[in-house]
Amino acid sequence: MVSLIISNQKNSMSTTMGHQRSTNHQKYLTLSGLEPLVVTPESNFVNVGERTNVTGSRKFLRLIKEEKYNEALEVARNQVDGGAQILDVNMDEGMLDGVYAMTTFLNLIASEPDISRIPIMIDSSKWEIIEAGLQVAQGKCVVNSISLKEGEAEFKRQAKLVKRYGAAVIVMAFDETGQADNYDRRIEICKRSYDILVNEVNFPPQDIIFDPNIFPVATGMEEHRRNALDFFEATKWIRENLPYANVSGGVSNVSFSFRGNNVVREAMHSSFLFHAIKHGMNLGIVNPTMLEVYDEIDKELLERVEDVLFDRRADATERLLDFAESVKGHKKEQDSAVQEWRNEPLQNRITHALVKGIDAFIIEDVEEARQESSKPIEVIEGHLMMGMNVVGDLFGSGKMFLPQVVKSARVMKKAVAYLQPFIEAQKEGKASFAGRILMATVKGDVHDIGKNIVSVVLGCNNYEIIDLGVMVPPEKIIETAKKENVDIIGLSGLITPSLDEMVYVSKSMEKENLNIPLIIGGATTSRAHSAVKIAPNYSNTVVHVNDASRAVTVVGNLLQKDSKIYKDQIREEYDAFRAQFMKRGKKKEYLSIEDARKNKFKIDWNTSEIVKPKQIGIQVIEDFDITKLEDFIDWSPFFRSWDLHGKYPDILKDDIVGTQATELFDDAQVLLKRIFDEKLLKAKAIFGLFKANTVNDDDIEVTISDSHAELDSASHDATYKFLTLRQQSKKSAGKPNIALADFIAPKASNKHDYMGCFCVSTGFGTKELAEQFEADNDDYNSIMIKALADRLAEAFAEYLHKEIRTKHWNYAHNENLSNEELIRESYKGIRPAPGYPACPDHLEKNTIWDLLKVEESIGVKLTDSLAMWPAASVSGYYFGNAEAKYFGLGKITNDQLKDYSNRRGISIQEAEKWLSPNLSPS
Amino acid sequence: MSNIREEIQKRILVLDGAMGTMLQAYNFTEEDFRGERFKDYPSPLKGNNDLLSLTQPKAIAEIHAKYFEAGADIVETNTFSGTTIAMADYNMEDLVYELNYESAKIAKEVADKFTKENPKKPRFVAGSIGPTNRTASLSPDVNRPEYRAVTFEELRIAYKQQVEALIEGGIDMLLVETIFDTLNAKAALFAIEEVKEERQIEIPIMVSGTITDASGRTLSGQTVEAFLTSISHVPLLSVGFNCALGAEQLKPYLQRLSKETNFYTSAHPNAGLPNAFGEYDESPEEMKTYIEEYLKDDLINIIGGCCGTGPSHIKAIAEVAKNYSPRELVGSF
Repeated sequence: MVSLIISNQKNSMSTTMGHQRSTNHQKYLTLSGLEPLVVTPESNFVNVGERTNVTGSRKFLRLIKEEKYNEALEVARNQVDGGAQILDVNMDEGMLDGVYAMTTFLNLIASEPDISRIPIMIDSSKWEIIEAGLQVAQGKCVVNSISLKEGEAEFKRQAKLVKRYGAAVIVMAFDETGQADNYDRRIEICKRSYDILVNEVNFPPQDIIFDPNIFPVATGMEEHRRNALDFFEATKWIRENLPYANVSGGVSNVSFSFRGNNVVREAMHSSFLFHAIKHGMNLGIVNPTMLEVYDEIDKELLERVEDVLFDRRADATERLLDFAESVKGHKKEQDSAVQEWRNEPLQNRITHALVKGIDAFIIEDVEEARQESSKPIEVIEGHLMMGMNVVGDLFGSGKMFLPQVVKSARVMKKAVAYLQPFIEAQKEGKASFAGRILMATVKGDVHDIGKNIVSVVLGCNNYEIIDLGVMVPPEKIIETAKKENVDIIGLSGLITPSLDEMVYVSKSMEKENLNIPLIIGGATTSRAHSAVKIAPNYSNTVVHVNDASRAVTVVGNLLQKDSKIYKDQIREEYDAFRAQFMKRGKKKEYLSIEDARKNKFKIDWNTSEIVKPKQIGIQVIEDFDITKLEDFIDWSPFFRSWDLHGKYPDILKDDIVGTQATELFDDAQVLLKRIFDEKLLKAKAIFGLFKANTVNDDDIEVTISDSHAELDSASHDATYKFLTLRQQSKKSAGKPNIALADFIAPKASNKHDYMGCFCVSTGFGTKELAEQFEADNDDYNSIMIKALADRLAEAFAEYLHKEIRTKHWNYAHNENLSNEELIRESYKGIRPAPGYPACPDHLEKNTIWDLLKVEESIGVKLTDSLAMWPAASVSGYYFGNAEAKYFGLGKITNDQLKDYSNRRGISIQEAEKWLSPNLSPS
Repeated sequence: MSNIREEIQKRILVLDGAMGTMLQAYNFTEEDFRGERFKDYPSPLKGNNDLLSLTQPKAIAEIHAKYFEAGADIVETNTFSGTTIAMADYNMEDLVYELNYESAKIAKEVADKFTKENPKKPRFVAGSIGPTNRTASLSPDVNRPEYRAVTFEELRIAYKQQVEALIEGGIDMLLVETIFDTLNAKAALFAIEEVKEERQIEIPIMVSGTITDASGRTLSGQTVEAFLTSISHVPLLSVGFNCALGAEQLKPYLQRLSKETNFYTSAHPNAGLPNAFGEYDESPEEMKTYIEEYLKDDLINIIGGCCGTGPSHIKAIAEVAKNYSPRELVGSF
């Protein structure tokens, strides 16, 4: 019940403003991000998201320490998506520059409208960090916290500033002599603080939030027995005697002595919260994943918890401890008595199998259900859908994670496949679906892991999926959409040219008068691109969906009966976003390409060490022993492809996703072992090392005379040209505008320099394996094999680069780096890949293919959009200079585009098409 | 001296129209902008309208007088860009005090003249405080969303300097206007509160935000209600909207604002939306019709014009405003 109160808030908030503020609204605590939050008596309880706190989350601390602000933003976003109405941000850690971290993180939040829509709680024990936060937030924040700890003068000074910055404040029940730890001290300090704030500082009473200290109970110490009860009573007193003031608290403290026993902790949190709200606590910091549903707490456990909270009996603590022991023991027993659930009623068994993703008994259970039902279709619409609804609800509320849901889908598919012949025999037709969705990876692109995951998740939520696969031409998308009368089209793509293809599809959809929503997803897609480049072309709704979990909500909203409001809202959001985006883009300053070239990255070629490769020329590796790659795998991106975010191996022990990550990792190991043992995938590679010099600033001329000279007595130089692109954004003084060409000695220097290029693939066999799994209704392993093949290809590239450095080129023969160091790119020299930040131009792949004869030699093909097929392939260049480093090209301007089109010998329009993601708005 | 707080309870107060539109009619050349004093100034000065308070003070006084003649109760000083931050474009940071002080003085002299002629209709001067050309909560660089071209502290210092000069020049109230980033406005309000405390004075403050487009939000992304919440910690004379939209488009946002706030409300919309040539061509009569809708719905206490409006618009607005009684505040404050 308690968790219902919390989750409902999210929906009711948007309507709170308006009808409840008519009169006297100043007396309600009112906060704002991009949108307002009014805490009225009807709000019941406002939930503060607490994961963006370095003192409370090890994961968040690590992300901030490593400056992984993008991932840290995801933590914030998850909090908002999970229903947090205020976001608590805390950067208090000895090793951190708190002012810097607070400023940077809040500035980043400000540019994420879906996070910054809610107010921020600036949480610090250091005033300078609080002030830094207040100076970068446009909305009305909450300061957490001030108190009389340092005396009245400091208290007043801070309160006055809080008011001047326009924030509300949490006041801790703390004074010069210490923290309030009983009922009398709590009310004494709160009353004194209130009087100073209201009468002397003129602080609005509705902007005061008291934190009367939640302390642990059942600690065994006599003086802690009334901790919860005193909090409840003090809360009640504050709400009755200090007009308009609010009460808040950090709930998880109460269960501190039961760390490690989540069953008891969750029960304590939820019971404490239930009673605290009844006594008048109207805000609080609660971890929703550590909260049992109040009504579902075991009655005996609840009684013992509440005996402790209300100090109802002398032996309350002992009794709860006894019970806690039994719960703990009970949990262990569960492992040995795994099969106990088999004795439950049929529906429970089916639901259990779906939720837990167990397919061992599903056929026998479904058969039992079929015999009980009058028609086989009823099993799908009844038993199975009932189970999948539970899965959907758990996933929607963040209690299940993506890999689990995909496993559930596998069980579902098996069950449906078993029932299909019976259904067809009765000619009942198809089961009824909530909607029909067409999914396709656009023309020229072969990447489909993300698309398949979204399809599976939507499938779990009773949508019928028509999956057209990869490299789907626009005509086929439109024709199928019309013929099958689909309700939504979903487009996916990973490489940058796919962005353009999506624009083209949206235009074609408009021309063909399609009038159904379009959803966009995939690694390079973005809300910005969807809003700026796609939405204006198409009259119906265009929505960008960045993860599978959001897809269900978005599709649900789009297909609900009164979807107009939602659609209008999306349209408005995107219009506003576009307007803002256009305005922002213009402010950036660029150098002309001439000036950028003058400011190139300078290597002193007279002193720079150039190593001649040991083996110049092209080499092919066939039938490579793939097991050698195991140690080179970078696992973190593997988890990311399953929407589990965190760094390997820490992720296996993560507070939230740890269990799931471990399970997923175990499943991956099983399949990886099969790949190795049964030689399921084939790995091939080709690479070459050549003489090279930079010409005309930005081009690299590669000569392959040496390699052919021995074969061909009439040795004539064949030359190829790699075209590089140069950074043009105006840099701070002393920073160069880099192009890859800067890392190779110019011809004019009269130095012989070298570079290389390569292609590796571990994708041979992937498609066949995936198809086998799919035929077996095993989407989980079908996605898994692709994700693993991708990891192996990256590992192969890493492996080969090492071989190049230490053997074939041999400029770093003493190198001895661990896999972690390789992942951190600590090696000398770089291997940038066309299509990635340093060289986003995919056309360069054509040159690599010509030069190395990639397709003829190892069979890796290029699609129209220059994606590699098989998908699990990596290609790129090698630069060996010690000063070579990775960088991002950023935006370039028209003069370079023109110059580039001349160099490439293509029209400006064509050049524009390939480079569009990197063109600055003009 | 008459008190604005008394007048605002008696009637709807009329604010002036655009300064820039009026200045365009003078067709001032680079030499006119420079005048004698800045004839050898190293940077180009044409377009620095605030500078005209020093080099063409007569023209500025003339424009203020035209608006008073048209029926305005309040004129705004010619100081929209009068901060060190905005003046950096012309390398004129050092002139900020003088520009604000002189602009305030010019406006005040004209106002006093009109008040003397008709003491029953006292005239007021609002010190105009623009948004500057930098935003504190938006990054100008899409690749570096954490970057800011200006900090709260820089804005606070710049605004404080402007506010002090305006007060010493004799203005009756301050108008923090055309707010597209609420954080900039919060820095201005912070500076004003500091000055008030240091000098132990009270000075009425008007705040006017800008709803950028049909999204109904400020440029920095806030809804009407969020904007209001973010600036209501300061005791304001009025809160309202100006610029970007015409009177017709602005109405729904004024309705929401008027319903939510217990401050007096203001609006100074543009003369419609710009046409294909970027000009504002809504006629005084058209604008008057839309404004009358505000008055009928009891939305407004202070009404004037922004881009594209001139004395004829203000005259039309003043004519219709006098037929209606001002919006009353709900409950006590």
